[in-house]
Amino acid sequence: MAQARASTTSTSSASSSGDFPPFNQRHLLSIADLQQHEIIQLLDRAEAMVPVSRQERKSHPTLTGKTQINLFFEPSTRTQGSFEIAGKRLGALVMNMSVKSSSVSKGETLVDTATTLNAMRPDVIVVRHGAAGAVELLSQKVGCAVINAGDGAHEHPTQALLDALTIRNHKGRISGLTVAICGDIANSRVVRSNLLLLGALNVRTRVIAPRNLLPVGIEHLASEVFTDMREGLAGADVVMMLRLQHERAQGRMIPSVREYYRFYGLDAEKLSYAKPDAIVMHPGPMNRGVEIDPAIADGPASVITDQVEMGVAVRMAVLDALLPSRNEP
Amino acid sequence: MSTPVSRPTLIENARIVDPASGTDSQGAVLIEDGLIAEIAIGAPIGVPDGAEVINAKGLILAPGLIDMRVFTGEPGKEYRETLQSAGDAAAAGGVTSFVMMPDTTPVVDDGALVDFLIRRAKATSRVNVLPAGAITKGLNGTEMTEYGLLKEAGAVCLTDGRHAIQSPAMLRTAMSYAANYGMIFVHHLCDTDLAGAGVMNEGLFATILGLKGIPREAETIPLARDLQLAALTGVNYHAAQISCAASVELVAAAKKRNKSVTAGVSINNLALNENDIGRYRTFFKLSTPLRSEDDRQAIVEGLRNGTIDTIHSDHDPQDTEVKRQPFAEASDGAIGLETLLAAALRLVHSGDVDILTVLRAMTSRPADILGLAAGRIAVGAPADLILFDLEYPWQVSEQQLRSRSRNTSFEGARLAGKVMRTIVGGETVFEHVD
Repeated sequence: MAQARASTTSTSSASSSGDFPPFNQRHLLSIADLQQHEIIQLLDRAEAMVPVSRQERKSHPTLTGKTQINLFFEPSTRTQGSFEIAGKRLGALVMNMSVKSSSVSKGETLVDTATTLNAMRPDVIVVRHGAAGAVELLSQKVGCAVINAGDGAHEHPTQALLDALTIRNHKGRISGLTVAICGDIANSRVVRSNLLLLGALNVRTRVIAPRNLLPVGIEHLASEVFTDMREGLAGADVVMMLRLQHERAQGRMIPSVREYYRFYGLDAEKLSYAKPDAIVMHPGPMNRGVEIDPAIADGPASVITDQVEMGVAVRMAVLDALLPSRNEP
Repeated sequence: MSTPVSRPTLIENARIVDPASGTDSQGAVLIEDGLIAEIAIGAPIGVPDGAEVINAKGLILAPGLIDMRVFTGEPGKEYRETLQSAGDAAAAGGVTSFVMMPDTTPVVDDGALVDFLIRRAKATSRVNVLPAGAITKGLNGTEMTEYGLLKEAGAVCLTDGRHAIQSPAMLRTAMSYAANYGMIFVHHLCDTDLAGAGVMNEGLFATILGLKGIPREAETIPLARDLQLAALTGVNYHAAQISCAASVELVAAAKKRNKSVTAGVSINNLALNENDIGRYRTFFKLSTPLRSEDDRQAIVEGLRNGTIDTIHSDHDPQDTEVKRQPFAEASDGAIGLETLLAAALRLVHSGDVDILTVLRAMTSRPADILGLAAGRIAVGAPADLILFDLEYPWQVSEQQLRSRSRNTSFEGARLAGKVMRTIVGGETVFEHVD
């Protein structure tokens, strides 16, 4: 990790993708598909993209003439917006398609949609879908690059990459840190991608949740599993909070928001168990007062807006990494 | 009784494997008038005048397979499977009789439909089709069908197919009324509330894939309930298909007290496990989910020690439209008639289970449970027979399968053992051509 970090500088503006070795993946479907060196390369590429968005002319047109389709079967404001800005800053033509949650009875199947879009000859399709594996299925039916922007409770690889970049920027390293992830572990794709990515970079990963929000076998995916939040936060360098789908959760998954907040909401008292310089993260959108105290969300330890900024850089890097490789023989 | 419909057939030089009698010896079988007329073990039979002689050197002669769980698309979804195409697949797989599940459109919940299906199958299918009658009207789980009339029409058993009745009171009434007519009660085991939105076995693998799991308890809880109600009502109860170690234990314990309990297993749960799902391969999405390797091994042991009575294909044709979907949204089911024997023989080749035990679960046991004269090589029994090469290597290719649907759970599998000839009622209905 140390060398990888040293190999890039954050002062110059984005270097061309030629400075990095070719990224030998056709798609970005899951963190599980990536080797450690590929993860580090994407983080380095993203780091190099950060200055583009801080310039006055926010343009780094490496994708001029390329077409990017954002295909979202689930509504999303921030992820879709982030991919759109990333594509536009790279000069791609970006089209947004929001499809009402797919249902076979509605007629067109996912594969039909893929075939139709493919005929429009896009260079990359960014897909979010409510079903695990749906993005991979779509990728098998198109001739262009596909980026997974979240598939069910499976993976959300660019979220894990932007989280890692945020951590690296604040901590100067990733390897050797202790990262505690707290909340609805069972239904979160963010958790799965993060555990895979952080695990590949030798992070001590912890998950914290009430037992009924812990999926079977999670002890094989995280270094440690806690049901007590204070124990789980003890000595952590990074605290990652997850959104609780409390509208859906109430009664069936948790009895009430107030009980959840009492035992699993992040407030100053619980945060005091983590390291004094611990950072607080959240993939958004936040439920203030459900999983996190507003004072923490907007306080000095919070790096939540940095995550959003890094999200654009990561998505620019991923688009840039995937597209040139398509033109090589 | 009747005039001979065809000339006699003599099968000689065969390795006769007949689980009903425990026979595994060289010998010859003579077929006359669609029935087995003579059996000679270790000795030749003189060739009757005009007889067709089949030299079965190097082949095993066994009773034709009886498959207790087959879904068809006829009536209602003929594009998936007809009785004819299912019959062709069955004949090629060595299945000479299959029990047809009532999950069709319309549902087989009426004697008139049973009667229609029997006549329709006689006209179009190469093998014997044995309709099952629905336990509840329209498979709704709440209203009984006419068991007496279904039986009179020829339904061989009662089942709601892939539907599981949830109400214990309904089950008690239905079992009790089925016992009244001596009908076999075959029930699919799934607590739909506990299974919830689950789509595969609950465990680490489902967690990694981000798929909702079906706990084993969604099977064991209804199984325990059914076994108690079977004892209460005295019905002949057959657990349609069990998939996990805990279910094997429950059945074994029940069998010690109740002789009217039997259990089946799908070839899929016997030959495959959850890891075969790989990256969301929907042909491995099954209504009784594939479980862990530990569970599979417990199922194999259950077969070996007699806790599990029958092996069936769970043949369930589904078209690409409903299978080429994200895993959670795809339909359940895989076809299996044509691969049933070869997949089961894997257990023989691996040394896990002997050939008599494997074949018994697909011949004499289902015949005994259903009260059929077939399923055995015995004088006077129907000449439903197969000749197969135990070692013949082949690779499954969906393109070559005879089913109208392509959703095989053994696509690309290398199997050893192939049916060379299938005989139903003395007539050859399938012959392998190299």
